[in-house]
Amino acid sequence: MARLVQVGGSGKDGFATYFAIVTNAQYFRSLVSTVALSLGVTIATLVLALVSGIFLQRNRFAGRGMLISLMTLPLAFPGVVVGFMVILLAGRQGLIGDASSRLFDEKIVFAYGMAGLFMGYLYFSIPRVILTIMASVEKLDPALEEAARSLGASTWQVTRDVILPALAPAIISSGAICFATSMGAFGTAFTLATQINVLPLTIYNEFTNYANLAMAASLSIVLGLITWAALALARSFAGAGVAAAG
Amino acid sequence: MKRRPFRYWLQLALTLLVCAFLVVPVVMSILAGVTQNYFIGVKSGLTLRWVVEVWTLYSETIWRSIYVALATLAVTLVLGIPAAYALARAQSRWTRWIEELLTLPIAVPGLATALGLILLYGGWRDFRASWLFILVGHVLFTLPFMVRSVLAVMLAVDLRTLEEAAASLGASFRDRFFGVILPNVRPGILAGSLMVVTLSMGEFNMTWMLHTPLTKTLPVGLADSYASMRLEIGSAYTLIFLFMIVPLLVAMQWAAARMERSKG
Repeated sequence: MARLVQVGGSGKDGFATYFAIVTNAQYFRSLVSTVALSLGVTIATLVLALVSGIFLQRNRFAGRGMLISLMTLPLAFPGVVVGFMVILLAGRQGLIGDASSRLFDEKIVFAYGMAGLFMGYLYFSIPRVILTIMASVEKLDPALEEAARSLGASTWQVTRDVILPALAPAIISSGAICFATSMGAFGTAFTLATQINVLPLTIYNEFTNYANLAMAASLSIVLGLITWAALALARSFAGAGVAAAG
Repeated sequence: MKRRPFRYWLQLALTLLVCAFLVVPVVMSILAGVTQNYFIGVKSGLTLRWVVEVWTLYSETIWRSIYVALATLAVTLVLGIPAAYALARAQSRWTRWIEELLTLPIAVPGLATALGLILLYGGWRDFRASWLFILVGHVLFTLPFMVRSVLAVMLAVDLRTLEEAAASLGASFRDRFFGVILPNVRPGILAGSLMVVTLSMGEFNMTWMLHTPLTKTLPVGLADSYASMRLEIGSAYTLIFLFMIVPLLVAMQWAAARMERSKG
């Protein structure tokens, strides 16, 4: 229903508005930077979540359950709250700025730009990905690893040749979800600054400040297509269950 | 206790670091919400003054969020359970497509959906200005989660056999639906309901576009307070939000675990 309307909304300039995203330097830059940012966040999240996820699932220690529930806490935070958390960490009165001004006599503030956005996206992506990774590590057959080890494989070799390939579906699917949510995340960016050049904010500005309905509609269709394609691609690689997480 | 290799400590350190990254800001925000003056620090004294101030300023948004979440839940229950039932009974190529369509709200950013809604209904003044407009948005966004959650359980319990057994004993469709199907899919309904309420309470992307000054919800109020109030008020507001959302999250995880078990 909503899709139809969007297509209708772009009718003012006809289909030319769709090409504007490629031909207009500003929109194209915003598209490229959004994709680059989302890819960066996805990779960083996957690396961190893989290490912690495997670790948390494989080792038993005091406080493990507590640690896991603390790490899943941000799952329920909307983007605006995540943005606020980043401001508390790296904003003008933030923790990082405080520590750095005490240590080096220089206040480091990076919340209100791309770096802050990167941090915010990392913040809400990590919990989701860790949960997916942990669930699939749990299903791994330890016999495979033992077999590899008994054949003389080192820990690194076991990780690379046995564990990672077995986790591939989980990695691809959670990576795709991470990418898709980063592409569309609006609240975080909105809290940090409305002048960062990422696609959701560009759409918002087109709509509210310039009342350019057709452009806003076609940009959001492009955005929707990209995220949908990422999820569909992951699903064809990794089988069902890609969209299972919220 | 056996000696742990160096790698173990390295992994532990990284995990703790990630955890600190996630938790420290939450703690800071809670502290800031009850501190007299955040610029001076906790030593300026603890107070509930900010929480009270938030309550007087924004209590309306808090209640509205609760109403909207409950209304969303009611609508998704009424629409979602029959939809899941229809999908479960008629597994064919078409239902595959519909299930694919159901993943759309995750793929399509809330911003785009909101834009579509405004373009479609924006001209209809009274509707645009009422909280029902936000309700429609929230239902669009959460309905798929309800359907998926219920459908998953319906496919796991052998619905057809159960229904045939009941029908052979003379149960009418109504008896079967309320007496056999609903009790059997209760874990799915519970998990879906908690999910819907949690999502609706925290929804911002879409609501920000849909709201009017008279129909602000909690997250919209949050954004407002971050932008225009002092840090302590934003923090105190966040504190109230955490109080509401964290129990929901815990209940949701508990329900999801229960649903896994019931699927066996």
